[in-house]
Amino acid sequence: MNLTTSYLGLTLKNPLVPSASPLTKHLSTARELEDNGAAAVIMWSLFEEAVTAETEAMARFLDNQDTGFAEVGSGFLPQHQDFTGALDQYLDHLRKLKETLEIPVIASLNGVTSSGWIRHARSIEQAGADALELNVYYVAADIRHSGAEVEERYLNLLRELRSQIQIPINLKLSPAFSSLGHIVAAAAAAGANGVALFNRFYQPDIDIHGLRLQSTLRPSTSAETLLAMRWLAILYGRIEGLSLGATGGVHTAEDAIKLLLAGADVVHLCSVLLQHGPAQMALILNGIQEWMTEQGFESVDDFRGRVSALTVPNPADFERANYVSILDSYSSAPGVRV
Amino acid sequence: MLQKSMVTLDGNEAAAYVAHLASEVIAIYPITPSSNMGEWADEWSAQGVKNLWGTVPRVVEMQSEAGAVGALHGAVQAGALATTFTASQGLLLMIPTMYKIAGELTPVVFHVSARALAAQGLSIFGDHGDVMACRATGYAMLCSSSVQEAMDSALIAHAASLESRVPFLHFFDGFRTSHEVAKVERLPVEVVREMINDVAVQAYRARGLNPDQPVLRGTSQNPDVYFQGRETVNPYHAAAPEIVQQVMDRLGALTGRSYRLFEYVGAEDAERVIVLMGSGCGAVEETVAHLTARGEKVGMLKVRLYRPFSAAHLVAALPASVTRLAVLDRTKEPGSDGEPLYKDVVTALAQAFAQGERATMPRISGGRYGLGSKEFTPAMVKGIFDELSSPAPRSQFTVGIIDDVSHLSLTWDADFKADATLGVTACVFYGLGSDGTVSANKNSIKIIAEDTDNYGQGYFEYDSKKAGAMTISHLRFGPRPIQSTYLVGTNEASFVACHQPTFVARYDMLEKAREGAVFLLNTATPAAQVWDELPRTMQQTMIDKSIQCYVIDAYGIAAATGMGRRINTIMQTCFFAISGVLPKDEAIEKIKAAVKKTYGKKGQALLDRNYQAIDATLAGLHQVVIPGTVTSTLERGLTIPVTAPEFVQRVTATLLDGHGNQLPVSLMPADGTWPTGTTQYEKRNLALELPQWDAELCSQCGKCPLVCPHAAIRAKVYPAELLAQAPAGFRHATVKGKDFPAGYQISYQIAPDDCTGCGLCADVCPIRDRTDPSHKALNMVEAGTIHAAEQASWDFFLSLPEYDRTQVDPTKIKHAMLLQPLFEFSGSCVGCGETPYVKLATQLFGERMLIANATGCSSIYGGNLPTTPYTTTAEGRGPSWCNSLFEDNAEFGLGMRLAVDKQTEQARELVTALASALGDTLADGLLTAAQDNETGIAAQRERVAALRVKLQGMTGPQARLLESLCHQLVKRSVWIVGGDGWAYDIGYGGVDHVLASGHNVNLLILDTEVYSNTGGQNSKSTPLGAVAKFAASGKATFKKDLAMMAMTYEHCYVAQVAFGAKDTQTVRAFLEAESYDGPSVIIAYSPCIAHGVDLSNNLRQQQLAVNSGHWSLFRYDPRRAAAGENPLQLDSNAPSVPYREFIASETRFSLLTRTHPDIAEHYLQLSQRHVQARFELYQQLAQLAVQKASGGAK
Repeated sequence: MNLTTSYLGLTLKNPLVPSASPLTKHLSTARELEDNGAAAVIMWSLFEEAVTAETEAMARFLDNQDTGFAEVGSGFLPQHQDFTGALDQYLDHLRKLKETLEIPVIASLNGVTSSGWIRHARSIEQAGADALELNVYYVAADIRHSGAEVEERYLNLLRELRSQIQIPINLKLSPAFSSLGHIVAAAAAAGANGVALFNRFYQPDIDIHGLRLQSTLRPSTSAETLLAMRWLAILYGRIEGLSLGATGGVHTAEDAIKLLLAGADVVHLCSVLLQHGPAQMALILNGIQEWMTEQGFESVDDFRGRVSALTVPNPADFERANYVSILDSYSSAPGVRV
Repeated sequence: MLQKSMVTLDGNEAAAYVAHLASEVIAIYPITPSSNMGEWADEWSAQGVKNLWGTVPRVVEMQSEAGAVGALHGAVQAGALATTFTASQGLLLMIPTMYKIAGELTPVVFHVSARALAAQGLSIFGDHGDVMACRATGYAMLCSSSVQEAMDSALIAHAASLESRVPFLHFFDGFRTSHEVAKVERLPVEVVREMINDVAVQAYRARGLNPDQPVLRGTSQNPDVYFQGRETVNPYHAAAPEIVQQVMDRLGALTGRSYRLFEYVGAEDAERVIVLMGSGCGAVEETVAHLTARGEKVGMLKVRLYRPFSAAHLVAALPASVTRLAVLDRTKEPGSDGEPLYKDVVTALAQAFAQGERATMPRISGGRYGLGSKEFTPAMVKGIFDELSSPAPRSQFTVGIIDDVSHLSLTWDADFKADATLGVTACVFYGLGSDGTVSANKNSIKIIAEDTDNYGQGYFEYDSKKAGAMTISHLRFGPRPIQSTYLVGTNEASFVACHQPTFVARYDMLEKAREGAVFLLNTATPAAQVWDELPRTMQQTMIDKSIQCYVIDAYGIAAATGMGRRINTIMQTCFFAISGVLPKDEAIEKIKAAVKKTYGKKGQALLDRNYQAIDATLAGLHQVVIPGTVTSTLERGLTIPVTAPEFVQRVTATLLDGHGNQLPVSLMPADGTWPTGTTQYEKRNLALELPQWDAELCSQCGKCPLVCPHAAIRAKVYPAELLAQAPAGFRHATVKGKDFPAGYQISYQIAPDDCTGCGLCADVCPIRDRTDPSHKALNMVEAGTIHAAEQASWDFFLSLPEYDRTQVDPTKIKHAMLLQPLFEFSGSCVGCGETPYVKLATQLFGERMLIANATGCSSIYGGNLPTTPYTTTAEGRGPSWCNSLFEDNAEFGLGMRLAVDKQTEQARELVTALASALGDTLADGLLTAAQDNETGIAAQRERVAALRVKLQGMTGPQARLLESLCHQLVKRSVWIVGGDGWAYDIGYGGVDHVLASGHNVNLLILDTEVYSNTGGQNSKSTPLGAVAKFAASGKATFKKDLAMMAMTYEHCYVAQVAFGAKDTQTVRAFLEAESYDGPSVIIAYSPCIAHGVDLSNNLRQQQLAVNSGHWSLFRYDPRRAAAGENPLQLDSNAPSVPYREFIASETRFSLLTRTHPDIAEHYLQLSQRHVQARFELYQQLAQLAVQKASGGAK
């Protein structure tokens, strides 16, 4: 049975790639991922904003500790000779992952300024990353900015980056675009070798006692795969040379199979591994293989995109009409008047 | 002789360097000014720096100095080479064990940065009060008088202790030597190795406790042998001085620096000689050199080995020609007829004279100087020599103060300067603590001292405040070693820098400038207009002294180059550009190199920013043309209102003006009692932004006054008619809610001069304008735009009456915040996490509070002069506050309770006895009053007032006795306040005992999870994985669960609170704790700058701490158990935020991920599991069914 897949120009042994998460922070866990079948790993995301904030905090609280108060002449926190900045630590870890693992290592960056992105990306390329994922975690909250401006911001970043580094670039996108297909095509033209659909934005919640926001972290559920599945199906085969990754909500072999059927080159896993550990990956891979056996598929290529817009009899089913019919078929709970 | 290695360091580092090399075990406890020695040792050990024997010394932080010396005693008995570092009360805590160590003839060295002892008040500054208290212990006492000596004598002490078997106390003056930065020769490790005698080390180890060669030490001895046993050590003490001299001679041969036990300096035929020890020797030596150069027959005898006191060496060192001696002590023994060194010298010379060893007996005067780091200058030394020249020198005197009570003080000519000031470049820099002036100057000294042939000295004057603290850096450079152990004085500085524009109007900075000096001013005003903004006196001084003035807009450049408000490198660049100490380009290159060393690992952006700022500075530096005449009418100084009390006018105002040294003894309270309520006169005007209240939008929730750390935003409710006198722009709104009389108005008013601009009030404000969400009911705005109007409003607000306390429902935040804070405008940090709790307690109970305050942050912002934040109501009632020590605070507060209870009991007995004369109604009322709310307390106050009137008309001893006790009939609220260092560590035994006692006291533990006041040392409250001093690789154990321990008594009220997470729970806990007739303990989460967080995020950090499970909220009330309910109520929910998110927001944790990432991740996992498990444990406890029991405290 041939599980190999091509992704960002890399040949992967199978289509399962753990997405950016803290799981890669330990070499032993990364090794476990590899042993359980991961075809590549994506390192945790290096947030430029966080790196900058931490740099500022460290500078302020370690190097600028003057208080003017006689009893605290030397500041509060001990000075360290062996201090390693967040970026250097990331690069060190990338090098160690490369030494430890045989599978490709993909770095992940999240940034907000073009200079920041580029400086970090170059360092990452030099440290040996096989590819770079741009984790565009940007909430367009400024009501003065049009969708076109936001898109242009992404594309400019991509173009600048493409001119600076040689390794493949994958763009992790949110679904919040008015014309998703267009931005994906434009990203490919600007230099992206692949896209991952979709980024999850962690949504703040409201504390009704304190009348304030509070942060929440809720793991994904399988239901979240459906949005990505639709868009993968729509985009499959449309953009020459562009890899498609599915991310968000993959918890079972069934989830993964659906996304592959819709057209994904790879399927990313995160919450399921955080919740159940790296061994879960092997179970999902087994599930895919069992299903392939049942279905009589010899390779992933045999069934990838089999249920995409290019291949289903009625592509419009992936579009809006679908929504209307589903709603119409929905019946309310007993006692609830619709 | 080895190649000289010159380094620039302070006295603490110098001593610690040797101590670390020569020790195996280091047991310490932090105390100013010695803390840095332990911190250095810990840091070196953490870095793997090895001792002389090739192993890394083990450093352990104990729970107190008593604990440290106990551990040390064990270590030395077990044969390890050991040392400790301490000072002041810490050294006093070690004294009992010191007798043991000395009695057992055990080599060990204590390095002490000598500090004043707490008496009428605490002082963190230097004198010999602490070490002098140890002179009977049997320790050798070796004194260093300079930074170089601190290193050399540290080695002499370690070497001599091993050879003599006498334990050594090596001391030097706190701050003046411990914190003076100087260029010295570092002792090469080879020299240290050579000096330590291996045979002595082997012999020492062989004496260590060893089951293979068992011995027994520490017997209980009876009258038959104890005395003889006490005399056995005589030969060892007798031999010690000669051993020390031999060690000194060996060191001299190896380094070229020779020392004597008693070292004479001056004319060979001197007639007048001063004897002293410590840093004052520098000032005396300069004066002696100055006077002998002019033919005067004067000299100085420097005492190095004070114990064992070798009279023979002293007599031998003193010229036979001496006829007048002044022996100076930097300590005081009240009631004695002389201080220790004086008496030792008198005895030595009298014996020598009597035995014919000296032909003449000089006339000997004893003088006190320099207590609590009082300045000691060549001018004062000259005054002493002048006194010795008088026909009848006083036998006892003081110098450095004006004593108009005992009339002991000498006068001196303040204009006298020793020749040593010639050829030395002196500079002074006035900065804010937070602007980095001190760091920049330490760096400048390093650059000059280490990269040129110049010697350098830096000394730093600090402030008593934590927010907006002023620093004055005193720098000297010159071709010869600098002995000037005193501040840069009047007319001495050739460079004066003012790093803060606001100082111009407050301080006379040019007083120190010499003729032709440079004055560098940081100001946004262009050079052409600066002159017009200077005060009149400053203009005059500039003209008189031909000052060259330069200006730089450092804040402008900092903002433009992304440096925020960090101006240190900018001002440092200016200094080098103007002063010419180094070629400009070379200096700038070195500043950039220093910047790179500091920030290189932290990020390119920081480096770039600093480089840009340095480059932009040179273009922005301009010289001001000084006109020939004064044009200003501005007057410098602060204005104290004429309505202020006389004490404030005479004393506080002088202190605030920086002239406290001029206050005579007669103006000092004799017993340390100072008036409260004086911070209101300080008017520090620190805030760059002030909160502005939108009365219409406000929901009147009362959260803003609750969170304010400085009581600078207040609420009042008052009748509308009082607004008739309101100034224009005074903001008010009709008070909402049925609890208040119709039409009454409410105002939330800021005190613009007292606000520090932390922004917490605006942060907590929950109300946003629906049409403009960026606009809240409180908004921070640029201070200048509203300051004047708010000042007028504040003055009017103060004139409004307080709302009737009896009409307030304190369980509601809005109501509780109408109660007047009786703790205001303290010197705590901007955004302090502790003070809102203290303030809340004073609002709720302040009128009847006694406070026992443990030493620490809360005693410093609570009682550090010049001003006092505890204040009174219009009726004159308010908290009565006292600080005993760090370690005894719980017991101290219990004592207050016992006094109150005893006197209340007797007052009640007297009321009963006098009932018929007083009238049964009054007597019954007094005895049966329910004082469980404000109405009941107010009624009892009225009864007590009526009682006083009755008693005035009565005769007899019982009436008089009751008159003196009747105030105790009003319920008292005893509060025991302190930090986690006290409650979890040094005072824990007392806390435990007081809780166990069942008495009605309230413990408020302000838990910052670290020793905040002494600079961030690890405590038992420090959480797992937090980086702190002595936990450089993260605290390796979980935080002590003090609340759980207290709950196990079952009769204690226990609450864990965090006002920023759930304010109503906090207020409820305070009310319940106070109302409980038994011991109560409130453990209050207090974000601190030591956490490495910006305290404008204080509230967010509390929320994160609670939501992540780091800090659960709960209340344990024994009264509920008595009622058949579960006593424990959990007030916070299960952890809902990943612990990772909490720790990522605080540098104390995130630092570990940058230094020890694997350990950090391990601790994170452990902590995540721990907080979840602990929450579940508390949840289960809170859900247990409880049988109705008798319960309660008593």
